[in-house]
Amino acid sequence: MRYLSEYRDPGVAEALIRRIRNRSSRPWVMMEVCGGQTHTIVKQGINALLEGAVEMIHGPGCPVCVTPLEQIDKALALAAMPGVIFTSFGDMLRVPGSTCDLQAVRARGGQVQVVYSPLDAVDLARQHPDTEVVFFAVGFETTAPANAMAVWRAKELGVGNFSVLVSHVTVPPAITAILDAPDNRVEAFLAAGHVCTVMGWTEYEPIAARYRVPIVVTGFEPVDILEGIHLAVCQLEEGRHEVENQYARSVRREGTVPARDLVARVFQLVDRNWRGIGLIPRSGLGLREEFADFDAEIRFHVGDITVDEPKECRAGEVLRGQLKPVDCPAFAGQCTPEHPLGAPMVSTEGACAAYYHYDRHRSAHLTGRS
Amino acid sequence: MTAGLQQGPGCPVPQVDLERVQLGHGSGGTMSAALLERCFLPHLANDTLAPLGDAAVFQAPAAELAFSTDTFVVHPLEFPGGDIGCLAVHGTVNDLAMMGATPKYLSVGFVLEEGLEMALLERIVASLARAARECGVPIATGDTKVVERGRGDGLYLNTAGIGAMTPGFAPRATLARAGDTIIVSGPLGRHGMAIMAAREGLRFEAEIESDTAPLHALVAALHDAVGQAIHVMRDPTRGGVASALNEIAAAAGVGMVLEERAFPIPEPVEAACEMLGLDPLYVANEGVLVALIAADAAGQALEVMRAHPAGAEAVAIGRVVDDHPGLVVLETRIGGRRVVDMLPGDQLPRIC
Repeated sequence: MRYLSEYRDPGVAEALIRRIRNRSSRPWVMMEVCGGQTHTIVKQGINALLEGAVEMIHGPGCPVCVTPLEQIDKALALAAMPGVIFTSFGDMLRVPGSTCDLQAVRARGGQVQVVYSPLDAVDLARQHPDTEVVFFAVGFETTAPANAMAVWRAKELGVGNFSVLVSHVTVPPAITAILDAPDNRVEAFLAAGHVCTVMGWTEYEPIAARYRVPIVVTGFEPVDILEGIHLAVCQLEEGRHEVENQYARSVRREGTVPARDLVARVFQLVDRNWRGIGLIPRSGLGLREEFADFDAEIRFHVGDITVDEPKECRAGEVLRGQLKPVDCPAFAGQCTPEHPLGAPMVSTEGACAAYYHYDRHRSAHLTGRS
Repeated sequence: MTAGLQQGPGCPVPQVDLERVQLGHGSGGTMSAALLERCFLPHLANDTLAPLGDAAVFQAPAAELAFSTDTFVVHPLEFPGGDIGCLAVHGTVNDLAMMGATPKYLSVGFVLEEGLEMALLERIVASLARAARECGVPIATGDTKVVERGRGDGLYLNTAGIGAMTPGFAPRATLARAGDTIIVSGPLGRHGMAIMAAREGLRFEAEIESDTAPLHALVAALHDAVGQAIHVMRDPTRGGVASALNEIAAAAGVGMVLEERAFPIPEPVEAACEMLGLDPLYVANEGVLVALIAADAAGQALEVMRAHPAGAEAVAIGRVVDDHPGLVVLETRIGGRRVVDMLPGDQLPRIC
């Protein structure tokens, strides 16, 4: 398949692994921010192939994982309301709230529908003018433009029965929060290619300079990730700390300007809770005042739902890169994909689920089967 | 046209609408009889069914029988490459074939939803009958019920089948042995992605067609060639190849190593899976079997399968090992290794 198979080429990948191993004078600690990259790394076994040369720490870039419990509980409350069709991307359906998940609400009669685009939810609202259609607008800067477009279009078309439950987050404040933590071990970052396709990388330049940390904008296929790691290792070995772009086939420095503009017109920066991490100032996107009519929290009065996270779940340490999933006492025992304690065990992009599904052969005592 | 009274010079005559299924079609009265006469029997008629008794009567086809049932709730009812009718035949025929049985008789139960288009029903019945004829397995008995509009999804189907066992041939999961070669009979992921594309209105450059097809003739050819070297057979339907192999590994207490480079994933399936964030190894197939064959017979098994139309693209995808019992491990394209696990539920499309 063009634009895919060449980035999965075994020969190219093997050569890159050799070059990374040859270049590393010591094991460097590196974080991939994005859950999609975590997925590729663990699914392809890249972490094992680089053992001793690079330690990959899996960052907080899975939108499912960092959506705070209180937002999930708001979603559950909305989905259970009569006369509401609650729409969402598929992988939010199994994320546990404090009592249950969206699939359970659906089984009890709530109208929950998976959509592939927020614009489908706007169409659904137009098809059902007597029903309220709510879309769960989650994700990083990657999904923000399409979600902004849905709200924009609903306003333009006067679709009064459409609204969004917003839980958007942005990457740069999370990187800064990780670097500011006193026990931070991360020496270089792979920035998420899709986020930078929208936003460009100018926001990352001051971070690289201030913290003296290499940041490589990286794609999602195995060869992309190995190239990104190689560029970062070269910077570390040479004492450089720049923003480099591995994902040049998709990312430009200024990003995609019309998409950025649309996001800026519909959303504004707000303080946001991150599941497992806590409040990060100005790290989220919320609807601007002029779009408040489309805010489901206001329309349905669910804004005051708050909740504490379960104490046994150490997702915060995992998401900050301080705890490997397999070292968590609850991993694969108390906490499994069937009964997840926290979000990283739910999403296939979550670090805990990725280890559980793909990496158990290396920790056979955890399999429960052998 | 609706059911009602036709006004005329004589007595009012009940006029039956034949465009859509009505509750009366399941009443057991004259409307039921008419439905049977006009829609079902012209397609399904055979000697065993002909007496239309409360049960089919036939000679036992072997000393040892296999008996299987499966229910079909697929939506949409017609999809690229097939429909619920032929799928219901292939599903049960294949379940019998995987046990090493030769399918002999099928039953079929229809649950119709009030309002179902009669023309659609007739197309599905015709397709079911054609599939049964092609498989050489008569529909020996059947039943029809009608549920109120809104209480069904157009049409549900159940088929059950009886098969004759061949003495000395009983492939099963617990026969898996270290050294066995793992073979799949054709390209993976077509049925599940064809359904998903049709259901969600997704369009890809090349249309994906379901692979729904009977496998019993392929099994017979394979058995003629390598006999008891066939240790295990499965048709990897729901849950795909990954789930089928995990079940075998757990049942037999063996490990498996798969080679990602060898997987026959058609490009449109791979593209669709990429776009939706799905793994083709977990996507349903309806015309593919996975077989564990003793290593010394694997080459011959592949040759025989490739000579058969249902197995033309058969390939070996891995082997059974002594290590990591119960775990299926994949050698990735770039030389890494990872576990291929069971999924707790359906695959869910990812956000990004």
